[in-house]
Amino acid sequence: MPKQSFILNGERVTVDAPDDVRVLWVLRDVLGVTGPKYGCGINVCKACTSHVNGRGFNPCSVRVGDLAADDEVTTIEGLADTVDADLHPMQQAWLDNDVAQCGYCQPGQIMAAVALVRKVRREGRDITEQDLDEIRNICRCGTYTRIREAIRDGARHMA
Amino acid sequence: METTDREPVARGIGRRGFLGYVVGATTLVTAAELALGGAAVASPGAVTPTLPQIPELYDLNDFLTECAMPTSALIAIAVHPDGTVSFALPRAEVGQGITTSTAMIIAEELELPVDKVTITLAPARPELVWNQLTGGSNTTISTYTPLRVAAAVAKKALLEAAAALLGDTVDQLVARGGVVTGPSGSATYGDLAALAASPDTRQVDVQLKDESTFRVIGTAQSRLDARDAVTGRKQFTTDLQVDGALPTMVCRAPTLNGKPKALRNRSAILAMPGVTDVAVVDTGVAVRARTFGQCIDAVRAMQVDWLDGPVAGKSDEDIVAELRRAQNPLKLPDLPANPLLQTVSRDFLFYFRSNSAMDTNSAVADVRSDRAEIWSGLKSPIIAQQEIAQAIGLPADKVKVNVVNGGGSFGRRLFFDGALEAAKISKAMGKPVKLMWHRADDARVGRTHPMATSRITAALLGGEVVAFTQAHTSVATDFRHGLGEMLTANLAKLPTGLGNLGFSETVFTLTQEVPYNVGVVSQTLTETDNRFNTGSMRNIYSPDVRTANELMMDVLAKKLRMDPLAFRRKFLRNARVKACLEKVAAVGQWGRPMPAGTAQGIAIHKEYKGASACLVEIDCRPATVNRTVPGGDASVTGPRVTKVVYAVDVGLAINPRGLEAQMQGGINDGIALALTSSMHLRDGHFVEASWDNYFYTREWNTPPDVNVIVMPSDSTQPGGAGEAGVAATMAATACAYARATGTLPAYFPVNHRDPLPFTPKPVVPPIPQSPTNGLKLTF
Repeated sequence: MPKQSFILNGERVTVDAPDDVRVLWVLRDVLGVTGPKYGCGINVCKACTSHVNGRGFNPCSVRVGDLAADDEVTTIEGLADTVDADLHPMQQAWLDNDVAQCGYCQPGQIMAAVALVRKVRREGRDITEQDLDEIRNICRCGTYTRIREAIRDGARHMA
Repeated sequence: METTDREPVARGIGRRGFLGYVVGATTLVTAAELALGGAAVASPGAVTPTLPQIPELYDLNDFLTECAMPTSALIAIAVHPDGTVSFALPRAEVGQGITTSTAMIIAEELELPVDKVTITLAPARPELVWNQLTGGSNTTISTYTPLRVAAAVAKKALLEAAAALLGDTVDQLVARGGVVTGPSGSATYGDLAALAASPDTRQVDVQLKDESTFRVIGTAQSRLDARDAVTGRKQFTTDLQVDGALPTMVCRAPTLNGKPKALRNRSAILAMPGVTDVAVVDTGVAVRARTFGQCIDAVRAMQVDWLDGPVAGKSDEDIVAELRRAQNPLKLPDLPANPLLQTVSRDFLFYFRSNSAMDTNSAVADVRSDRAEIWSGLKSPIIAQQEIAQAIGLPADKVKVNVVNGGGSFGRRLFFDGALEAAKISKAMGKPVKLMWHRADDARVGRTHPMATSRITAALLGGEVVAFTQAHTSVATDFRHGLGEMLTANLAKLPTGLGNLGFSETVFTLTQEVPYNVGVVSQTLTETDNRFNTGSMRNIYSPDVRTANELMMDVLAKKLRMDPLAFRRKFLRNARVKACLEKVAAVGQWGRPMPAGTAQGIAIHKEYKGASACLVEIDCRPATVNRTVPGGDASVTGPRVTKVVYAVDVGLAINPRGLEAQMQGGINDGIALALTSSMHLRDGHFVEASWDNYFYTREWNTPPDVNVIVMPSDSTQPGGAGEAGVAATMAATACAYARATGTLPAYFPVNHRDPLPFTPKPVVPPIPQSPTNGLKLTF
C-alpha cells in the first residue's frame, strides 16, 4: 500500500493508504483527527473545512495521493498554533459570542471564517455583508446570526 | 457518581419545603425524586367568548412532567473532594443547551461557581421508566425543582459538616462560591465532601432559595462545552474511538423502505481495498471497512436485488390526493340563522420536510454473544435499549446504552434508527461497528415531518368572529419512541375524553390552541398513511397549524377592514401573548412605510408554558428574489427575510443567552419551512439527497437583522425553549410574504412547485461518490 506523507498541524505524518482515499478519511479514520466533520462527503456542507498551505479547502474532496509531501494541512486542532496562542482570535470570538449550539459544524465554520478574513485581506479590503452571505457552510442549528457577529469580531483581532 | 439507594417517593412539604436524601456513599451524594417536577397546572382564565381549550388547562408538558410521578427513581448529585460537583443528566444534549442550564440550576442552589459543576449524560436507566425522554421542550420544566432540592440537600449537609469542623452553629455559617465561612474560619466544599458523606441513606427536609436572591439563574451564561466545540475536542458518536469499531455504511434500496433480497457480488465487494465484512440486514446491505471512504466505494459497487418499498411508484401528487380523500368535511358549529353571517374558508398544504441534522444517524455497537454496548445520541434511550435487546436476542439488562452528544436533533434523535441498525449489523458481522449513515441516506430515508393539509373555516358576524374551525389532515406522525408508550400507560392521567384518542390525536389536542377570541373553536387532527418514516420534527404540528391559523387571522382582519396588528390586539385573549405582540410591534416599528414588493408580517404563538410573537420584514422584489450566490452548487435564493424581531416569554428564563440562541435557531427553521425547505417524493423515493438539494436556511437566506427580546417575567417556573422559536416565525414569514406579494400561498414552502434547481442524484447507487477536485477550489 502506498505511503502518504504530508505536514499535519506542523508535524510530518506518514500513513499507509491508497491514493484515492479522501483526506477527510485519512484524518478521521486513520489518524484519529476528528475536528473536521463529515456532513455530506460531496463538498457542499463544508463541515470538514480545513486549510492547506493557509487556504481554505475541503478534505472530503481531495485524494490523499494528490497532497504533496510539503503540503501543510491545518485542521481546527492546529489553528491556535498558527498564532502561537491557546486560542486563535477567531476561536476566541466564537467563545465571546457563544456561537456554538450542537457544535458539530463549528470547527468548519471557524476554519472557513479564518480563510475568508485572509482572502479579503489579500484583496485589500474588509469583510462585507455580501461576503458573509456567500459563506456556504451549513449550520442546521441556525447559528448564523452569531456566526456573522463572531466573524467581524474575530477579524478585528486577527493580526 | 456513587451508587444510590432507592427510597420511597418524597413529597413537597409547605410552599418551598421539600424532602430529599443524603445517599449512603464515601463522598457527599444527595438526591431528589424527579417526581418533584410537577409544576402547578394553570388555572383557566376569566370567561371569554372562546372557552379555554385543553392545552390552556393541561398541556403536553403537564403530561410529560406528570409521567415522572410514579417513578421511585432518584436523580443524584455528587460533591467531590476536589470541590467539584457532578450530575449525570437523564436527558440528551443535542445543542439545546440543557447541560449548561442544568449546571446553572445546581450552581445557584448550591452556591457554587458554574464552572465547578460537571454535567454528563446518563446512560439508559430503565428504572426511570418514563423519565428519560428528551422531548416536548420539557427538560427544564420537569427537572428544575428536583435539581434544586438535591442541590439544597447538599448545601445543607455541607453546612452541617462545616459546623462540626469549625465549631460554629449552622446559622452562623454562609456558603458562597464553594466555600463555607463562619466566625471560626472557613472550609471549601472539597474539604467538606467526605465529612458530609453519610454511611447510609437518610431523608432530609430542605427549604429552597428565595428567587429574589438568585445570582446565577437569570444571568447570561455561555455554554460550558463551547471551548471543546471551538477547538474540535467535543466528541460526537463518529468521533468515538471504540476498540475494533471500524467504519460501517449501508447500501439502501432505490425505493423508500425497500428491502434487500440478495447481494449478487459479495466476493467482489469483500475483495475491495479496506473492506473487512459484508452483511445483509433488514434495512440494506452493510459493509465494514478501514475508512468510510472505502465503505462509500463498496456501497457504490454493490449489485443488490431489492424488494420494492411500500410507496414504490408514488409521487407527491398521489399523497396529496390521498390526504384530500382522508379529509373530514369542514363544518362550522350550528349557529343561529342570520343573513349577515359571513363564512370564510381557506385551505393550506404543507409538503414533507426533513429534520436531518448535521451529525447523521450514527451509532457505535459492540454486540457479543452474551452482552452488548451501544453509543449514540439518543433522546429515548430506555426504549432504545428495550428494542435493541429484543432485536439482538439479549435481555435488556445485558445491553448497555450510552448517550452521546448529538450533533443536532430537531426531533430526529427521539428515534434510534441508527443505533438499532448498528446493533443488528454488529451481531450479523460478529464485530464492533461504527455505523454512519451517508448524508444521502439521512436525507432520503431519515425521518420526515409528514405532509399535511390544514383547512380553516370561520364565521363573521358584525365585527366579531363567532366560530373558527380548523381541520388538520396529515400523513401519520410516528410517536413510537416512548411517548406513545407513555400515553398508553398513563391514560388515566389525561383529561377526560382524551383516553380514546390515538397517540397523534392526543399530542395534537395537548399542544394546539387558538389563543384568540374567535367564538366557538374546534381544532381536529385526522391522520392517514403510515408508510413513511416520520417523527416529531422540532415543534411538531405547531408551525403548520399556526401558519394556517395566522394567515387566516390576516384574511379575517382584511374582511373586517382591520390592520393585522389591530386585529390581534382586539381578539387575542392571553395577556402574555399580547405583551409579546406589543413588544415586537413597538421595537419592529409595525406599519412603517415600506417599498412595494416588501412588507412586514406579524404572528404569535403560545406553547411550552410560554408565549411568543414575531415581526418579520420580507423583500420579494425581483432583484432580490432572483439574486445569485457565486460559486458552488445550486443556491436557492428567493424572497429574503431582511429583519426579524422576536419576543419570547418563557416564564423564568434560566439562561437568557441560551434562550436567545434557541430563538435565533428557531427563526432560521421557521424561515426555511415557509420559503425554501421541502422534500419531493417522485416515483417511490425522495429526490433530496444532500444539502445541495434540501434547502435549509443558508447565510444568503438568513436575516441580516435579528433581534430577540426575552420578556421580563415574574414567574417562578421555567418554560420550554428549544422549540419555541419556530411556529411564530414560520407564520410571520408566511404573513409577510402574502402581504408583500398580494397572494395568499396555498402551499408551503412557497417554492415547492418551482422547477427543481438541481439534477436529482441517482438512487442506484444510492450514495454519491466524493469529488476529487478539492485542491482546485481552495479559497
